Amino acid sequence: MAFEDQRTTVYKVDPEHPESDTLPALRTEELLLNMGPQHPSTHGVLKVILELEGERLVKSTPVMGFLHRGVEKLAEEGTYHQFIPHTDRLDYVCAMYNNFAYCRAVEKLMNITVPERAEYLRTIVAEVQRIIGHQFWLGTQALDIGAMTVFFYCFRDREILLDWFDELCGARLTTSWYRIGGVERDLTPSLLAKLKQFLDYFPPKIDEYIIFLEKNRIWLARTKGVGVITAEDAVSFGLSGPTLRGSGVDYDLRKYEPYAAYPKCEFSVPVGKNGDTYDRYWIRVMELYESVKIIRQCLEQMQEGPVMADVPSVTLPPKERVFTNLEAMIQQFKLFSQGFNAPPGEIYCGTEAHKGELGFHIVSTGGGKPYRLKIRAPSFIHMGAFDYMSRGYMIADAITLFGTYDIVMGECDR
Amino acid sequence: MHLLAQRIQDTYPAAFLSCTEWRGDVAVTVKREAVHEVAQFLHDDPGMLFDYIVHVSSVDWPDDEERFEVVWEFYSIRKRHRLRLKTRVPESDCIVDSLTDIWKGADFMEREVYDMMGIRFRNHPDLRRILMPDDYTEGYPLRKDFPLRGKGWRDTFDFLDEVPR
Repeated sequence: MAFEDQRTTVYKVDPEHPESDTLPALRTEELLLNMGPQHPSTHGVLKVILELEGERLVKSTPVMGFLHRGVEKLAEEGTYHQFIPHTDRLDYVCAMYNNFAYCRAVEKLMNITVPERAEYLRTIVAEVQRIIGHQFWLGTQALDIGAMTVFFYCFRDREILLDWFDELCGARLTTSWYRIGGVERDLTPSLLAKLKQFLDYFPPKIDEYIIFLEKNRIWLARTKGVGVITAEDAVSFGLSGPTLRGSGVDYDLRKYEPYAAYPKCEFSVPVGKNGDTYDRYWIRVMELYESVKIIRQCLEQMQEGPVMADVPSVTLPPKERVFTNLEAMIQQFKLFSQGFNAPPGEIYCGTEAHKGELGFHIVSTGGGKPYRLKIRAPSFIHMGAFDYMSRGYMIADAITLFGTYDIVMGECDR
Repeated sequence: MHLLAQRIQDTYPAAFLSCTEWRGDVAVTVKREAVHEVAQFLHDDPGMLFDYIVHVSSVDWPDDEERFEVVWEFYSIRKRHRLRLKTRVPESDCIVDSLTDIWKGADFMEREVYDMMGIRFRNHPDLRRILMPDDYTEGYPLRKDFPLRGKGWRDTFDFLDEVPR
């Protein structure tokens, strides 16, 4: 039987007796709707099976794994240095922060202290990446909800920073600029000048983004009171980053477990009240101002110095020495072909990426390769709360919810 | 021994197996039967208050008698401390208590461990594969005996020594 499924039944009312009592009561049942994997607002390839009652969501089941590439398995087959380019492909919108989180984890494993200037450079670039991430988020979230103009304004400013990355490391998205023990190269005077220019240019632009949205009735109607989650539930679900802070929990690893140059900078962590999509939007926009503040302070405080820790058994030699000095070339060759000898042990190191807590759990049994590397991806864990947060809202609010987590499927599926 | 580990040992002396502290990370290994009980204690006890589950992971040690190791990482937002809880699971009876009733977020994390390593979780509400396809029958990819190049239909491909002309 081809049409055994009763979900396609069409109800007809007898035209002669529209109010007749003899008509059978209208049968209601839940409708099953597949959203994705080709839906543009799923930010990649995510499928969600929605169970609907009318237009209300009763249950939603995320189906993930379309972008699963086995990154954790690949990590077990390569050396620690070789895994850095793989981290770019996790959250491909914000590669720098993935590099940062991974390098910090390996440094914790190897017990390496990073030179001070490198710490400042790392903080600056990480905050630039946070700005890019939030711009990307704001643009696409507004686009999904229907405000197209914001998208163009955000991407216009994002382009400046991507070009800055291009000049910094030769790539706009897959950067691989961080190295275990430091960073690949110092900022040139041209890059410094461009960054300072951007810092003066940018804050008025954030005001512009806000002007577009703060009195936009559609934006307010579609974000206020949508996707509400209480602080207790948000913590229980393991949410992190702006998604958690929107519910009023000030959990931010930059403050809770300070790293890099964050303890030397003064900045505040914006916290929401209602735990709805609007609060999470507001936090991200406020974080743009904070990022500008942090970069300014870092540029003021930064002193001259080396940008790479000098631990020859682990860290890479400077590039100019590799091409002129035989020992440095041998060192580079050995580090890339055999890797360094990590001590046996187990560490977890979490970093506050712009989406949330990005952590690496590394188990080492000695030797040049990690025995097991587990990535704690915020996008994946946020999707765990999707069903709970979407219940009772409309189909259109599911789109708002994808956006408010700031999911990127590369990181979610790994 | 670290203060937190000491308290676990005092409260559950029979279940406590070992404690390691390395690079500032505290890890406590307990018996498999006591995992749920200890986790409940970690969540509720006023001195512990581990309200935040960071991640659930698993490690495969093929040469050991109890082959798999399940790792939970907890954080306390109110107390600001961190703890790693570990337990060993044998391959013949590959099951451990689910913690979904204590931390809601454990749901997806445990499903991932099941998908990647084949460790089942007792009382889990919806234990299905999450990253691999539902009908994937070729094993558990993160086990050490699973080859990097994959299993199944890919293995049937012929390797060509040179490009055919």
